[in-house]
Amino acid sequence: MAFNIYDLTSFTQSIDKALYSVLPPFWAVATEMLIIGVAILAFYAVVGLYLVYAERKVCAFMQNRVGPNRVGPYGFFQTIADLIKLLFKELVHIKSADQLLFNLAPFIVICASFLAIAAIPFAKGLHAIDLNIGIFYVIAVSSTGVIGILLAGWSSNNKYSLIGAMRSGAQIVSYELSVGLSLITMVILSGSMQLSVIVENQANGWYIFKGHLPAIISFLVFLVASTAETNRGPFDLAEAESELTAGFHTEYSGIRFAFFFLAEYMNMFIVASIAATVFWGGWMPLHIGGWAAFNHIMDFIPPFIWYIGKTAVVIWIMMWFKWTFPRLRIDQLLSLEWKYLLPINLVNVLLMAFIVLMGWHF
Amino acid sequence: MTEKLIQEDIEHEEYTINMGPQHPSTHGVLRLVVSLKGEIVERVEPHCGYIHRGIEKMCEKLTYPQIIHLTDRLDYLSAHMNNHAVCLCVENALEIEVPERVRYIRTIMDELARIASHELWWCSFGMDLGGLTCFFYGLRDREKILDIFEETCGARLLLSYNTPGGVMYDLHPDFQKRVKEFIVYFRKKIKEYDDLLTGNVIMQQRTKGIGFLSKEDAISYGVTGPSGRGSGFSCDVRKHRPYGMYHKTDFKEILRYEGDTFARYIVRMDEMRESMNIIEQLIDNLPEGDFAVKMKPIIRLPEGEYYQSIEAARGEFGVYIISDGNKTPVRVKFRSPNFCNLSALDLISRKQKIADLVAIGGSLDYVIPDIDR
Amino acid sequence: MNNEELKNRVLTLVPESIITENKQFLTVIVPPDKLHKLAEELRYSEDTVFDYLFCLSGVDLKDTLMVVYHLTSTVYYHDIVLKVNTTDRINPQFDTVSDIWRTADFNEREVYDFFGIKFNNHPDMRRIFLDETTIKGFPFRKDYVDKNIIER
Repeated sequence: MAFNIYDLTSFTQSIDKALYSVLPPFWAVATEMLIIGVAILAFYAVVGLYLVYAERKVCAFMQNRVGPNRVGPYGFFQTIADLIKLLFKELVHIKSADQLLFNLAPFIVICASFLAIAAIPFAKGLHAIDLNIGIFYVIAVSSTGVIGILLAGWSSNNKYSLIGAMRSGAQIVSYELSVGLSLITMVILSGSMQLSVIVENQANGWYIFKGHLPAIISFLVFLVASTAETNRGPFDLAEAESELTAGFHTEYSGIRFAFFFLAEYMNMFIVASIAATVFWGGWMPLHIGGWAAFNHIMDFIPPFIWYIGKTAVVIWIMMWFKWTFPRLRIDQLLSLEWKYLLPINLVNVLLMAFIVLMGWHF
Repeated sequence: MTEKLIQEDIEHEEYTINMGPQHPSTHGVLRLVVSLKGEIVERVEPHCGYIHRGIEKMCEKLTYPQIIHLTDRLDYLSAHMNNHAVCLCVENALEIEVPERVRYIRTIMDELARIASHELWWCSFGMDLGGLTCFFYGLRDREKILDIFEETCGARLLLSYNTPGGVMYDLHPDFQKRVKEFIVYFRKKIKEYDDLLTGNVIMQQRTKGIGFLSKEDAISYGVTGPSGRGSGFSCDVRKHRPYGMYHKTDFKEILRYEGDTFARYIVRMDEMRESMNIIEQLIDNLPEGDFAVKMKPIIRLPEGEYYQSIEAARGEFGVYIISDGNKTPVRVKFRSPNFCNLSALDLISRKQKIADLVAIGGSLDYVIPDIDR
Repeated sequence: MNNEELKNRVLTLVPESIITENKQFLTVIVPPDKLHKLAEELRYSEDTVFDYLFCLSGVDLKDTLMVVYHLTSTVYYHDIVLKVNTTDRINPQFDTVSDIWRTADFNEREVYDFFGIKFNNHPDMRRIFLDETTIKGFPFRKDYVDKNIIER
């Protein structure tokens, strides 16, 4: 099994061949799916936990304090301790809640984000499902998360949860439009919805540089809209503690609450990785045309590290403006989308189409 | 016909929510019963009394120096100013002239307490709006003032530094140096506060035009302090009935006329700067002298009624003492600025959205122990 | 207006009032039935304009219950103090001034809560701080007895 860190295709192919040679085809495919499922599950859990830790450290840094520093070196095991605590918490049984939907809602939210991770290219060859409608698939499945939120609010049988869930649902559905339109702008530039093709096309320059003005506008709109999609940052009215309605996850306790919490961080991760893939080149290193020595150094860093690095920068930006800005009110939030972002997006799509037709991109 | 009535009934159905005694945004134990129609607030009814301690009744059994320690616990963020009011009332009743050094010390400590109080207001206002970082920045700077207090008085918040006739101890030798350092430091930091919150578009959208209080209503409801001055009501006791060293210092009374939440916000930010100006004028010219006048061991006020008001951080704080010549008063009444400010909450929150109620409450800046006494 | 002119003004409006003067304020003791009329006159007439009621207190002198109103003008900066008292300790009543100065709304509720003085025509006459189920009397009265109070 050749393990080339720059091109994991050979590694995955060799596992594939080994399985096919040992097992009948059906069982080989099933085993592959199992391996991928477990790998993504492990990735999901670990990244989710450590994003929470990262948020706490970043927040502390912005607020002129230290953050967790007791449990483990630099507080590294703080989230593990929190997870163990949540596992032991009593699952408060709500008599008047709709039992099936109440228990189902966290799972739907997790499944939606899980499905989306499957389609993202982590490195060359490390791509679970390479659909030819990649972007479309990712947007579509991440929208199904809103079902989980509405179910949570409805089945809690609590008027404040319902109000919070409806607000959250309205917010997510509105900002879907902006997310979709800004990604469509980049699809126009790339000519394909397949995520691996999009990344390959950025080998000689990331789309944000290739598509100059409309790509930059698209990136900024995507950043704002996806923060609102994931109920984060200045758009977290639906779950803010200092507002009146306590949000759709009031009645959840223990591990079920942990699912919502984890799903929120993983949604942030997914959105950041889509931004990194579509705008910043995915696992492609930074190449500046003509500087051969520079490009050679950049090539030295493995693609997986590039991918994680870019995603981390986008996540840092999202955390930065969560901890700086005050919250928007729900009507201001919706008017931002419908009156400002949507028109900007539509004009931007036209602009990008015009530039592609004219050949004025790099 | 009946269907139409039922339909109207459902549309006009008001439902009541409770922002209960424990809530992150009510800044203390206050219960607000809010009647809503959809998102719009129809009526807000405050239920006070959760922290009523009967301070006024307790004062009827205590001697005058002992009353001072109870006044700390009214509006604890302007603790020094409350003490100052009682001392002035007693000293005017006994017709005692305090040394000039005492007046300087009391004024400087008042203004430092005012800055600390407004900083804590800024922290919690930012936090209520959702900008959680503001909380930490304000508290970090407030610690510097509290360190100055601790060096001189031994206490950080409930100072009990004033006593009838003067102050309890002389200033710490490092006091002047530390106050000057603080002023230099804070002038830089207040620019940071402006960058973080004042200039922010989101914050301005959430505060401009929200919670309008007209000048006539402010006078009628007795809303004083920065909340009243944000509506154009010129009520600064330091200007109209000067005490301490205020008649010898040059400072502006900050008035704004828009009457909304943003105006009240700007008044407080500007007041912090004015307080620094006042301190700068006084800190270099501290006269030498006694820090207290020798008083009799048992203070008896002559028979009669005495009133003294001062400008606390939140409005006009008044002390009304009725004495019959004994060592304990017959009746002590504290005119509480927060009580009158709270009575205007119902008026200014009508027809606003529920999410704005938190911003309006933060801009009125009430401290519950002062309401309940 | 200075104190002399105010004194004359009040005496023309309510001849039965008793006026005293100390170093700080001009004090007018008004009969309870004339309170509302005098208050309205002082508030709305052009040359007095007492528009700011800054302190409303209830007082229990041993045999009389009294309410004290401290008024000032934001136009002329003169002050006056109005007092009404009654010897009726079983059902003391005065007229409300909350229609003239809105700040009296909460303050009169406080006076009722602590002293038991009811105000006629008040929009919402009920206790404000204390809980009806636990405190049965009016605590700030001098003759209030409660076994939980520890005397020094």
